[in-house]
Order: sequence, then C-alpha cells, then structure tokens
Amino acid sequence: MEWTDQVAAEEARKGDQRAFAALVERHSRSVFRLAFRMTGNEQDAEDLVQETFLKAYKQIHKFDNRSAFGTWIYRIAANCSLDLIRSRKNRKEQQASAADNDQTGWLEQVAAADPSPERLARSGQITSLLKQALDQLTDLERTAFILRHYEGRGIAEIARILDVEANAAKHSVFRAVQKLRRALQPVAEVAQ
Amino acid sequence: MTHLDEEQLTLAYYREVEAESLCHLEECAECKARFDRIKTSLDNFPEYPAPEREDSYGRDVWLRLVPQLPVKNRRRWLSWWTMAPAFASLVAIAFLAGMLTQRSRQIPAISAEARERVLLMAMSDHLERSQILLVELAHMPAGDGELKTERALARDLVGENRLLRETARSTGDMSRAALLDDLERVLLAIANGGADDLNAIKERMQGNDLLFKVRVMSANTRQEGQKL
Repeated sequence: MEWTDQVAAEEARKGDQRAFAALVERHSRSVFRLAFRMTGNEQDAEDLVQETFLKAYKQIHKFDNRSAFGTWIYRIAANCSLDLIRSRKNRKEQQASAADNDQTGWLEQVAAADPSPERLARSGQITSLLKQALDQLTDLERTAFILRHYEGRGIAEIARILDVEANAAKHSVFRAVQKLRRALQPVAEVAQ
Repeated sequence: MTHLDEEQLTLAYYREVEAESLCHLEECAECKARFDRIKTSLDNFPEYPAPEREDSYGRDVWLRLVPQLPVKNRRRWLSWWTMAPAFASLVAIAFLAGMLTQRSRQIPAISAEARERVLLMAMSDHLERSQILLVELAHMPAGDGELKTERALARDLVGENRLLRETARSTGDMSRAALLDDLERVLLAIANGGADDLNAIKERMQGNDLLFKVRVMSANTRQEGQKL
C-alpha cells in the first residue's frame, strides 16, 4: 500500500506500525544526509537517524498533521544533532586551555590554515576547513545555513524547523554566510 | 529605491527577497556588481556531499529501530508484519516450487522467467521476515517474556523455509539451500524452545553469523528478482 505522508502520519498516530515503518523508509535518507552535514561524522549520523525516529515514534501523538511530516522529522533531527554537537563542544571546552580560542582567533586560524593552492586543492582539506568553519557558527546559524545552502530548504520551512520567526531565520543564514565567506576565502581564491 | 544592503544581496542569492528587490538588482549596476561578488563567493563554497545510502536504507533503519521500540508495540508490530504475508507466500511458494521441481509444462501462461522472479521475491520476503525475528531475538534481554509471539512466528517460518530449501536444492542453488538449512535449525530451536533457551539461540545465531548471512542473502535475492 502506498501511503502519503499525511495519511501515514495520521495512521501512525492511531498506532499503526506499518504506517510508521513507511515514514521511516521514506525519510531515512534525508534525515541521514542532514545529520551527516550537521555533525560531519558518518557514525554519528547513523546514530542520530536512529535517535530521531525513536523520538518521533514516542512523540507521534504530538504531531500536528496540518504541517508536513518531513518538516517535523527534520526539526527532531536538527535538535538531536545540535544536542550532540553541544555535548561534544562542552567536553572539548572543558579540556581545552583558556588561551586556545577567541572569536577573532578562530577566523584567523581558519583563514590562514594553509593558503597554498596545491594543498587547498585537496578536497579532504577543503572539507576539513569547511567543518572547522561550520563548527564556529552558532547553533542557529549553522542549522539555518545547512538547511538553506546544502539542503535547499526555503526560509519559511527553515523557520518552522527551527521554531523561529522568518526574519530570525534570514538573519541566521546571512550571519553564517558572512562568517563562512571570511573563513573560506582561501578556498574561494583557489577556485577562481 | 535605495540600494540593497549586504543582507538583502545575500538573501537575493537564495531568492529569499521580495520581487521589488530583485527588480532593483536587475536595474542597478552598483548593486549588481556587489551581488556578483557575493554570488561568485557562494558559488565557490565547497561541496559538502553526504555518503550515499542505498535504496534499502530506510528498511534497514526500520529493522534496527524495531528492537528499540517499546515492547508492547514492538510485539504487535512483529505479529502483523511478519505473519500476514506468510500465508500468501506459502501458497505462492508451494505452487511455484511444484512447477519448478516437476518441470510441468501444462501451464504455459507463466514464463520461466516470471516464475523465477516470483520465487526469488518470495524467498527474499521470507528472508526478510526471518531477519526481523532474528533481530528481535538478538536484542531481547534474557527473561523478557515467554517468547510466545516469536515461537508462533518461527513455526510459520519453518514450514515456508522447508519448501524454499527443497526448491533451492532441487534447482541446484546450493548456496541458498545451505543458508536455509542453517536458518531452519535456528527457527526450529526458536519454535520448540522456551524463554530459558534464549541465550543458546543467541549463541547459535552468533556462532555462524546467521543474521549477517540472512541480511546479505535477502538483499541479493531481492536485487536478483528485480533484475529479472
């Protein structure tokens, strides 16, 4: 039986396991993609997919079928990813010495990480530079930017996923772009 | 209209500004030049590809999720998902197995290819249901109920497994026959055992990597069936 998201979510709320299975099958890949881009780690992303759907299963009675299931599951996935990132950051911060980072320091560090074109051309290094730069964004900036730039989601949907006003989502995307443009300047120069 | 600020220019790249701003951008050379710089920069942002996942990924996620679901619902799911198709498969397998093994030529309506396809799909379904049962048991803590649902399901699967194993053997498909042989022994142990035997069953499953083999064979069989 082919379920639409709306029908499947409604049936899943009534306790139909087939309906929930259909939703898991349909949305797993996109949830994995988002989780990977949020965390930058394949194993973390796999764990987050499980955690996301487990939470969704337990909270399906709270799902308001007037909104899209895809948006709702993205919201859970984004929050689970942010929780993981925060807990990692806290651990790192506790371990790091106080002199390690300040707001200007990271930009200089990332921008001057290795400006030689030969080395920057290596995609692994570019990805690593991107991950470093993403790590320095606030939670809201990081999520809004990934959803807009890499996932192609519109501002209205991003606002629903993040549970913020559309203007706040717009500002977050803009601030993220500003910071990333500075951080990724060496990559941009090589590409031009 | 006043010139667009950097935020508006950035959002224009994503087409997230009002139509009026986009019109201005087309007409104003100064804004256009600033926009082009932002566009070049954003166009050159590195790709951030996520590792690819296969079409069957969603199903795998669900199979891994099932053991973590609250027990009552999990059991309910286990029973409908696995029992309902079993009877239909059994009928199909019995019919096709008879045709394949006896080389009957009295029913020309179905081509050999179609018969093989249906048989492969039935085999894949059987392996998937067996896999669900094995995953369920592998994650079940010791002393978790009397395994009534699991035993009933295993009994159903044993009959189906036997037919498939004999069919595989008679058609010379020895690798599938061998796996079904191993699977049948475990299914029988589940069907005839009690909750006390759970550890022994788990050990047997782990000893010959049964779950992994069933998973691989199930995926391969389905792929083969889909290609026909």
